[in-house]
Amino acid sequence: MEIKPPIPQVPAPIWRNIKDLQEWEQLRQRRPEDDKHSSLFESVTEGIHSFPGGYVVTTVADSFLNWARKSSVWPVTFGLACCAIEMMATFASRFDVERLGMVPWASPRHSDLMVVSGTVTIKMAPMLERIYDQMPDPKWAVSMGSCANSGGPFRHGYHVVKGVDRVIPVDVYVPGCPPPPESLLNGLLLLQDQIAHFRRTGKRAAPNPKVD
Amino acid sequence: MTREQAKTLIGERFTSAQVEGDSPTSAEATAGRPAPAEATADKPLVVTLPVGQWLPFAQFAKATLGCRFFSFSSAVDWKERGLEVVARIENLDDGVSVTMKTRLGPGVSACPSLVPVFRGANWMERECYDMFGIRFEGHPDLRRILLGDDWEGHPLLKSYAVDTPHPPYR
Repeated sequence: MEIKPPIPQVPAPIWRNIKDLQEWEQLRQRRPEDDKHSSLFESVTEGIHSFPGGYVVTTVADSFLNWARKSSVWPVTFGLACCAIEMMATFASRFDVERLGMVPWASPRHSDLMVVSGTVTIKMAPMLERIYDQMPDPKWAVSMGSCANSGGPFRHGYHVVKGVDRVIPVDVYVPGCPPPPESLLNGLLLLQDQIAHFRRTGKRAAPNPKVD
Repeated sequence: MTREQAKTLIGERFTSAQVEGDSPTSAEATAGRPAPAEATADKPLVVTLPVGQWLPFAQFAKATLGCRFFSFSSAVDWKERGLEVVARIENLDDGVSVTMKTRLGPGVSACPSLVPVFRGANWMERECYDMFGIRFEGHPDLRRILLGDDWEGHPLLKSYAVDTPHPPYR
């Protein structure tokens, strides 16, 4: 009996072969085509569209699904640095994100959101990417704090990834060092706003302007 | 074992070592008057050794001076003048602390390990190897401790470029 290796041997794009940093970042930001919906969902939607007035039905269904998604965004509990303390304060009783339908969940398999809270080191980046890959679609990511946005005060250090968007696609950037719970809460509300505007084309809303 | 006794013992046993303690410049810095005895008592003895006496001095300090506590170990990169290894060992009972220093010379990265004498030096020397690339001879398990196993170079060396590409994240 053959024992399969635990890590699938996918040939990853190699940094040395890519000269342009912009090209590399676009490569990392690329999302799969069936990011949002399954092919079954697609075919059912196409069938509905063949009837007159079908678009009304899909739009209403889209709104309902988006409402359901944005009302139950479960963040995976994944703390990296001091920003994680503020994240915990946001999840705790004073700010109470559970009234927004967010339950901090201790498993990436049941989560929809990853709050990258803190400095991403080069040693941690593969693990972060792996946890993100373990989350089921649709999934979102919030980059919290200057370190996760751009490297922050450690940008010129030898061991820091200069922005977590070089590792995973990011939807909302929350500035601050660290951002207080109010800032993170505002970022989460922005994310809910983005989720509410998804359409069945699978395109995401553009991320909000990046602030270091 | 007082500080002065330790200083005398080191001077007798290691003649080629250079011992600094209460330097007059630091005493003058305290408002022109001689420093009180309490101020100099806590200062470490700074012993500068040749590389060959690094391990014998550690054995001597542990056996004779009673320095059984290994506080830390680190290194300094003096560019073209070479690397300098620093270690602090302390006698916690009598309050005597000794800072050991040795210059490895330009282009040399080999140094005797203190692990046979102090077990606590193990991880410190691994970190020192990780950051400065100093090969500690006689170390039982010399590999990287903080950085990933696939890291190239030693980042705290002055010759290390910060923007060295590290695939695939930088």
